[in-house]
Amino acid sequence: MSERKKLLQVIDLKLHFPIYGGLLRRQVGAVKAVDGVTFDIFEGETLGIVGESGCGKSTAGRAVLRLYETTAGSILIDGVDIATLSQEELRKKRPAMQMVFQDPQASLNPRMTVAGIIGEPLDEHTNWPRAKKLERIYELMDAVGLNRDFANRYPHAFSGGQRQRIGIARALALNPRFIVCDEPIAALDVSIQAQVVNLLEELQEQFGLTYMFISHDLSMVRHIADRVAVMYLGKIVELAPVSRLYDHPAHPYTEALLSAVPEPDPSLERRKDRIVLQGDVPSPANPPKGCNFCTRCPKVMDICRETEPVTVEVAPGHFAACHLIPQTAGQTGGAEVEHNQTRIQQGEVV
Amino acid sequence: MPDGATPVLDVKDLKTVFSTRSGEVHAVNSVSFDLRPGELLGVVGESGSGKSVTMMSLLGLLPSPPAEVREGTVMLGDIDLLAIGEDKLRAIRGRDVGFVFQDPMTSLNPVFTVGFQICEPLRKHMGLSKAKARDRAVELLELVGIPDARRRLDDYPHQFSGGMRQRVMIAIALACDPKVLIADEPTTALDVTIQAQILELVKELREKLGMAIIWITHDLGVIAGIADRVMVMYGGQVAEHGPVREIFANPAHPYTRALLRTMPKLTGTRDAKLRVIEGQPPILGRHPTACPFMARCAHAFERCGTENPQRRDVGNGHDVACHWDHQGVPV
Repeated sequence: MSERKKLLQVIDLKLHFPIYGGLLRRQVGAVKAVDGVTFDIFEGETLGIVGESGCGKSTAGRAVLRLYETTAGSILIDGVDIATLSQEELRKKRPAMQMVFQDPQASLNPRMTVAGIIGEPLDEHTNWPRAKKLERIYELMDAVGLNRDFANRYPHAFSGGQRQRIGIARALALNPRFIVCDEPIAALDVSIQAQVVNLLEELQEQFGLTYMFISHDLSMVRHIADRVAVMYLGKIVELAPVSRLYDHPAHPYTEALLSAVPEPDPSLERRKDRIVLQGDVPSPANPPKGCNFCTRCPKVMDICRETEPVTVEVAPGHFAACHLIPQTAGQTGGAEVEHNQTRIQQGEVV
Repeated sequence: MPDGATPVLDVKDLKTVFSTRSGEVHAVNSVSFDLRPGELLGVVGESGSGKSVTMMSLLGLLPSPPAEVREGTVMLGDIDLLAIGEDKLRAIRGRDVGFVFQDPMTSLNPVFTVGFQICEPLRKHMGLSKAKARDRAVELLELVGIPDARRRLDDYPHQFSGGMRQRVMIAIALACDPKVLIADEPTTALDVTIQAQILELVKELREKLGMAIIWITHDLGVIAGIADRVMVMYGGQVAEHGPVREIFANPAHPYTRALLRTMPKLTGTRDAKLRVIEGQPPILGRHPTACPFMARCAHAFERCGTENPQRRDVGNGHDVACHWDHQGVPV
């Protein structure tokens, strides 16, 4: 895998939202939305990020595009660390990295026409003449399967699936290389979800796009992703190629998550030995000591409440952070968490 | 599920119409179904298929105007809910029929304690004293698995997590021992691991209390796990209805078949491409004279445009509204 080019390298990324309190509004704590995640995305692949609400998957997605100022860590796109770029230099990088949002209703300005929405990135980043812009807008509408005749309509005239197509066309306007899709199908009906996912896949093939696909829908991620990262409470607990993760999950959380998904097959459903996790996800402002998952883990041991597990490579390209996984030689102990985290670079055998 | 038992709820030819500025919207069109004691009927459909409007029509929960329940009978035992009028209906809602809504945050009142909201139906419908209602409320919270129930009665909804709030909603719906529980997308707003907890809880409660449940969802996976019978709705009509195993093993309506195919699976081979249902759900503008699924159906032919198919029995308690039969021959 070493010949594959890394488009994006995220190293020990942290994003903490401060909590202010008390009489003087001093900072009294922080919501550790993303707390030290490390991963790579190769050119042309789709990395799926799954997890429950509040696990930090959306925040991670936005932080990767530097829509939030990061607390620590670096985000390398083509070797350039965008976490420390000045606003001006960052702006020049923006065309290469775009985003598709969850709610196509809220992410489109209701007072702009479709042409205005899709053309806005062009207004911002190019000084093309009007005719050329319009031509590009039509081209994009064709690419996402929208009728050109609707260019002057407003978002309210479209259905949810069509609105999501508008959002995708806008993200494509500047020929990006990398798109963060933040729950792009969560707000859509089942029969429309498949249409949008197929469109995303077609576009990926056509334009050689790289996706970070954030979703809570494990079945859909299995379909679209090449590799999948599972997040829990601000950390990546497991990262593996898609078939490996679904067939041989190494982390108890991944196991529980997979077993919780209801399958559309009554005989399978009733046979299934479901792992039902107790309780809720703890607050990221006050994560438990030791392993983040220790409060809900069905296989919890004493060590889990004391020491944070180290991320180890279970199999080539398959990483997990759990005390149950035997620490192999060369994969050193707990004190070197940070060191080890920076080594989780997929495709490289440490 | 005793087959011949008298249904607790029997709905016939329900029609609900919304008057809008751009004309009438036929949201529910001649929907008929029954609910037998102790069974769980799953209602599946996309947004706009009429599944929620059907259930809200039963109990007069739709604002009128614009909504108007134009035709039909809804027999709860031997009372016709559509004929008895608002006052009597109010006595039935919450007592004989409990409701659980999708979003537990917006359906609980944020300015009252959870205890107050559970006690309200108990005092109104059952005439319990304050102290007795409180005791019963503690019992109910314990029943739905909320730890430290007595202390939590004085908490406000925002002090509960999403899953816990949905448990509170279920406790309220169960407060007066309803004969029928209607749950409208009760787990859609929840995470999968929390959804699994709620599904387990519902299975347990069914065994303990034995009420009949109508469970509305768009998630075929959830239906596969808990339902006894399934009703698939499309465009304000019942497309197909039957025992859960029948529906999943021998789906007879092209819509059900397509829906089952579009869903990616968690196990088995990965398809290179997802199968899609082309097109958009119908706009229910005119009184339907054609099959609502016609525009998206791969098998549509002339008759589908001129005649709205009626539900017909295909055996094993399974019926379907389609002009084609299993062998691909027009009926």
